Formats: sequence, C-alpha cells, structure tokens
Amino acid sequence: MAKILIDKKEIEAKEGANLLQVCLKNGFYIPNLCHLEGMDSPPASCRLCFVEIEEEDGPVTSCSVTVRAGLKVTTDTPPVRRLQRSALKLLLSAHDVDCARCPANKKCGLQTIARFLKVGLKPKQLEQLRKETEGMEDHPFLRYDPNRCVLCGRCLQVCHGKQGQPFLTFAKRGFDTVIASYGEKDLSNTTYQEFTACAQACPVAALGPKND
Amino acid sequence: MTPEKNKNLDQMFTAIQEKAARHADSITEDPAPKIYIGMATCGLASGALETKKAFEEALSLRNIQARILQVGCMGHCYGEPLVTVHNPGFPPILYHQVTPGKATMLVKSFLEEGDPLFEYLLGAMEENDLIPQVWDFARFSQEKRVVTEICGFINPEEILDYIAMGGYSSLAETLRLEPHDIINQVKNSGLRGRGGAGFPTGKKWELAKDARGQEKTVILNADEGDPGAYMDRTILESNPHQVLEGIAICAYAVGARKAILYVRSEYPLAVKVVTRAIEQAKELGLLGKGILGTSFDLDISVFQGSGAFVCGEETALIQSIEGQRGMPQLRPPYPVQKGLWGNPTVINNVKTFASVPPILKHGEFWYRQIGTEGSTGTAIFSVVGDILHAGLVEIPMGVPLRTLIFDICGGIPNKRTFKAVQVGGPSGGCLPADFLDTPIDFDSLTEAGAMMGSGGMVVMDEDTCMVDVARYFLDFTQKESCGKCTFCRIGTRHLLNLLERITKGEGREGDLELLEDLSQDIRDGSLCGLGKTAPNPVLTSLKYFRDEYVAHVKEKRCPAGVCRALTAYYIDLEKCARGCDACVGSCPVEAIFTTKNRKKGIDQTLCVKCGECVTACPAEYDAVRKVSPPERAPIVERPADISD
Repeated sequence: MAKILIDKKEIEAKEGANLLQVCLKNGFYIPNLCHLEGMDSPPASCRLCFVEIEEEDGPVTSCSVTVRAGLKVTTDTPPVRRLQRSALKLLLSAHDVDCARCPANKKCGLQTIARFLKVGLKPKQLEQLRKETEGMEDHPFLRYDPNRCVLCGRCLQVCHGKQGQPFLTFAKRGFDTVIASYGEKDLSNTTYQEFTACAQACPVAALGPKND
Repeated sequence: MTPEKNKNLDQMFTAIQEKAARHADSITEDPAPKIYIGMATCGLASGALETKKAFEEALSLRNIQARILQVGCMGHCYGEPLVTVHNPGFPPILYHQVTPGKATMLVKSFLEEGDPLFEYLLGAMEENDLIPQVWDFARFSQEKRVVTEICGFINPEEILDYIAMGGYSSLAETLRLEPHDIINQVKNSGLRGRGGAGFPTGKKWELAKDARGQEKTVILNADEGDPGAYMDRTILESNPHQVLEGIAICAYAVGARKAILYVRSEYPLAVKVVTRAIEQAKELGLLGKGILGTSFDLDISVFQGSGAFVCGEETALIQSIEGQRGMPQLRPPYPVQKGLWGNPTVINNVKTFASVPPILKHGEFWYRQIGTEGSTGTAIFSVVGDILHAGLVEIPMGVPLRTLIFDICGGIPNKRTFKAVQVGGPSGGCLPADFLDTPIDFDSLTEAGAMMGSGGMVVMDEDTCMVDVARYFLDFTQKESCGKCTFCRIGTRHLLNLLERITKGEGREGDLELLEDLSQDIRDGSLCGLGKTAPNPVLTSLKYFRDEYVAHVKEKRCPAGVCRALTAYYIDLEKCARGCDACVGSCPVEAIFTTKNRKKGIDQTLCVKCGECVTACPAEYDAVRKVSPPERAPIVERPADISD
C-alpha cells in the first residue's frame, strides 16, 4: 500500500493502481466518460479526468497515472477546470442536446459532468456541429445516433471484452468518426442479448435497442 | 548475442567487396560514354522516362555505343530530369532539365561532335580547365552530405554500387563488436531521432536492449506524410541500402531478429526499390539468416501503410501493423518497453537509420563535429514552395534559415519578397522574416514556435495569405485526425470552421480570441502528438501575422489578395487597349464584356476570380487589377445591348 495525498487528504492505495479509480473509490469525483473499471490499458480519449500532480507540468489525465508512494494530487486547480470545461463544451457542441426526448435523461454522463463543472448544456461560444452520417442502419438490433455519441469507446471496450471478436469499431476519420458494426459474423443469427452489454455501456444513450 | 570474431566474416565480406570492385571497374573501364539519368520519383515526374527513351533512340540512330545508367535523386529536384554525361576526354558534366529534345541534341552535338553544349549544362562534376564545376555553386558547396552523400550517384537497384562505395562495411565492423559498444558510439555521436521529436537515438536503443521481451523488433518509420515533405521517399528510392545497413546495425545492437519497414503505399517506387534491395542483400548474405557467416539472423520485411497520416505516430503505426485501426495509444508504455505484439520495439525514421553507417564508419567524434552541441550532424529538408532551387538539401545543423533559403536554395523567384517559412509540416509553425537568422536545430526551431519535424519546409512569398495557410493545414489535420480524443476530433473542426469563415469574410468579433483559446486547449489537452501540435500553424500565424487576421475580420480584406471571397478583379480602363480581345476567350464564365468605347469590363456577378484574364492580358497593357476588399473594384456597367 502506498500513501498519497488527494486534495491534501491522505489516502492509502495500492501501488500501481489506477489513479482515477482510486479517486472515485475514495469519494473524489473526477469527470470521466471513457473509463471503465478494470481496464488494463485506459484509452485516455475523453480528455476529462484531468488532475494536477505536484512536480509535473500542467494537468494530466488521472486515468493514465498509476499510484506511487508520495503522489500529491490536486483535482480542482484552475488549469484543470479550464481543460475539463473546454473538453465538455467541445463534446456538447457536437451533441444533440434534446434531453427531454432522450432515454438517458437524468442518468446521462454529460448531464452529470455539466452539473459538476457548472457548464450549461448549450454553451454559446461554440457553434453547433452535426455529423451528416447515419450509423448502423442495417444492424438488426442496435440503434445508433452519431450526433448523440461522444465516442468514448466504452461500447467497444465491452464488446471486445465479452465477445473476443469485436462487433463494433470506430469508422471514418476526424470529426466524422463514428461507431460502426464490423466483423465477419452473420448478425442475423444473433440476438439482442449479445448486444445489451454494449448498449448499456453507453453513457449518453447513443446506442440502444432498435425500438428504444 | 556475442561478437563473432571468426575469420569467416572477414573472408565473406572481403569476397563481397571484391565482387563489388570488379563490378565498379567494369563500368569505369568501359571506354564507351556513360549517361547517368536520375530516375527517382521526382525525375520520373519530370519526364526522365521520355528522356531516357530519347537518348536510346538517338544513340541507335547515330549508331553510337554508350551506356545508359539509372541513378537516384541528387536532391536537385528543380533541375530534373538531371543527366550526367561522362564522355571520355571530358569531365563528367551535369545537365539539368534534360527534355527529350535536349537529349537528342546531346547525343548529336556532344557524343558525336564533341561540343558539350554549354547552354544546357549545370556544371562539371570534376575539376577541369574547361567547364565551371558544380562545387563552385552554393547549392553544392554549402551542403554537408552524410545521409545523401551518394544519393544520385549510384544505381539504387544495384547493391554492388553501394558496396563499391564502402557500403555495408559498418555492418561488417559492427558484427565484430559488442552490442553495448555500438550503442555507446551512437550515444556519444549525439544523434537524435530525425522523425521530429529528436529523442536521443542511442538512449532509445539502450532502453530497447535492456528491455525484457521475447521477440524484439526494429521498425523503420517511412510513413512520411507531411504536405510537401519527401526526404524519406527520396532516400529510400536513391540509396536504400544505407537505410537497411542502419537497420541491421540497430537490430544487432538491441538484440532484435526481426525488422519491419513501414513504407506508405503511396510510395510505390520506394516500396519496389527497397523490396529489391532486401532481396539483393539477402542473396549476398548481408541480411536474412546467418549474416556474413555469423549467428546473427535478421528477418526483414516490408509493410505498406494504407494512407493514414496518423500512422506516422509510433503507437498508431504499431496498431496498424497489428491489423487494428491506426489510433495512437497512451504512452507510457513506450514502444521500447511494450511495442509490436507487446514486445520491445525500436522505431526510427529513415534519416536516423541512414545516419548510423556513416557514424560508425567515420567515428562519433567526426559526427559530433558536424552541427551544434545539442543537435549534432546534419538536417535534411525538402525545401518547396516559392523558392528558386527547390529540392532536397542536407546541411549541418545550426545553419541559419536565411543561408538555407537565400544562399543554398537561391531565394524567392519572380522578384517577390520573402514572407514566411513553414517548418515542420502541419505540426510546425510559420516563421516570419524576423526569424530568418534562427539556426536550424531542434531546440532553436522549437523555441521560435516551429519545430524541426521530419524535414518539410515550405517557403512562402508576399502573395501568400497566412490565414489561408493556417486553414489549409487545419483542413489537413482535421481530415487526418483519427477521431479518438475530444480535443483533436472536435476542437480542430471548430478551428477549421472558424478559419473558413474568416477567409470567406464572415469573421466576427471575438473569433480571434476564440481561435487562440481553443488552440491552447487543444495543445494542452490532446492525447497524442498530432493533436498537441495541430494548432501550431494557427498559433504561430496569429502571433506573427495577427494584422492579417484583423484585416480579414474587421475590414473584410485579404492583404495578400488570396481569399477569393475577399478579392475582385477589374480592368483598368486607362490601360486597356481599345479593340483588344485577348482576355475575352480566357474567361471560363463569359464575365468579360466590351464597353461602349470598345474596351473591356468584368461583370462582378459572374466572375469566379480564377485570374485567367491576368495571364491573358498582354504584358504591354497589363490592365487587369486585383483588389481587396472587392468593393474597391470600380463598377463598369455592361452595355445593355452589345453588337460587336
């Protein structure tokens, strides 16, 4: 066990443990979207879980830090909040904010983070961006809304983990990146049960059952 | 791995060297004239194949026996197709822009009649009393060629050419040494990775050597993708064996038995040349199983990248070889710890590997003497854009930008003035004239706000709009972003949209501040190097050319007259010649009409601002003007009824 300081409070954690996980377990909320408990290599793609660590330049993503004795972590410095708010606003600028009609309403990852960071769901500075592409229309069970998706990749993580061969993948490039179904397996012989884990992993209900 | 001190190695390598010497002698002792044609991609694009055909036809027509030899690129791309003619009795002479017509003339006048055609030549390649030498020109004399020393002088598809020039002797020497001796030499030479980041090569190799793992791998990163950069392609096409030799040395030093050449598939000639080079080296026992009779094996293969810029990032490159989508992964672990298939992996750039054989041959002290304290050795740039002598240039580190641009590369053509130089590709920055005295080395360029990058350099003259340049680079990075992390995927799209709006004259109050804020967040918050450096073109142009941004946003004016929405063409009626119709046919949209007094006017509602009329207008009239903002163009009424 290693002793570390999080926001000046002494915490005991396992040497080598994931810092984001340790913070969350000990009641220090850090905004995050792409993190799943027990992942061996974090994707570090949502760029929300920034913290500052003493003797390191600028904010770092806590999911990519492993615990070592003497680590001094601060979770709420101005540079941390600036990057977190900026990332959230970017995500919201590409998110179809229509909470009333969204199945994720009130349990949505974005709502939670926005409340925590005190950011309105419709930030004014940035123009709204929308993807023209539709996703996975031919999928027998899954519905996918590219303009809700935050591309956290949790569905892929789950998919990889449970099925071995992935059913889902990232497709296209740049802003147009989407989640698409993929693989050689004939999907007509599958049942929705095989996809529930993927859909449930989605923090913003971009993925869900077709009739949702 | 233990050093092999057996005689077998010496015997084998001496036999190979003797074979190479016999091959070289067979060429030099041949009394027939020799014609060397540069046939790398740049030569081929400029018509080297047609030139070669013209030589062959002219030689057979005149029944002259001469030897046509294919070589790579000398780096003087402005002069392609480049041909060296060695006619006995004359020094070897370098000719530039040898069109098929010039080729025919050379055969007739030079080979048949002994007139070297002074009007076509660039210079002699050897000292003589007749013809000025190329070495007297700055482009030749101020370069320091370490990596590209014999590029353009040997046939890249003939391994014996390379061996005859001393090739593979560093590898042979290496196999007599302990791996840590080699790593020490590379460390002491101060060599830093030429891919852009400048990580010390010797240190990387040491980490890989000390890392635990079953199947260590060496990867050549030839996924060169910066717009305007072609150093790696040229080196692979012109002297592949120097790169292969460097890779083999690295593999021996770190204990790898597997090497992969990651070459982008958009470089078909490089892939072909390097594949052939591997075959030839294997045949001679210089690669493959039991290299030079020792127990050192190196399984070496080519992997073709499929056209994603981000795969030049080492973790994305590894993903791509593993059959995954090329997306950068979190580092650490670094590839030297956990790389391809989880094994320790060394990834180095083409120029890094190609620097190794000369370092081992001439020694670490020799290499340290080239360049600066913190950046030893040479820098290789592909200098393109508004520059007289575009091409590949190798200079000692520390040479100021001014010397490179104005002395070595001949400066800006067409009596234009220098405006900016973009160093380091889409991740680099645009430096204005104030920075021309910046020495070219890793640290000085970074300090100035640009970066060394892998060696792309775009020179821009006064007719360049910096906002448009920033837009161009952001368009590139946004298209090439892998889409993984929030800042790069969405942030660069916002930057691009803002820049597009500004270039269209739709910029708003606060746009510049938003550009700046977003750029800083993208730089600080992105996951990989692509995202972290993507805002550099915006940040540097905003810093050094802010007035141009302000002119676009506030005055709706493009000072360089580039942004089409902010410019207009009109015809100066004072200068326009009555009855002249030169511009009318050039207009693709019939926007040019005849005025009542038989001069010409442009219908602004139809004009697409292609600028064809400027070219078409005879120089003695020079009547077409370009203005920004467009309102400055005087309105010329189109006559209601025209009957001419």
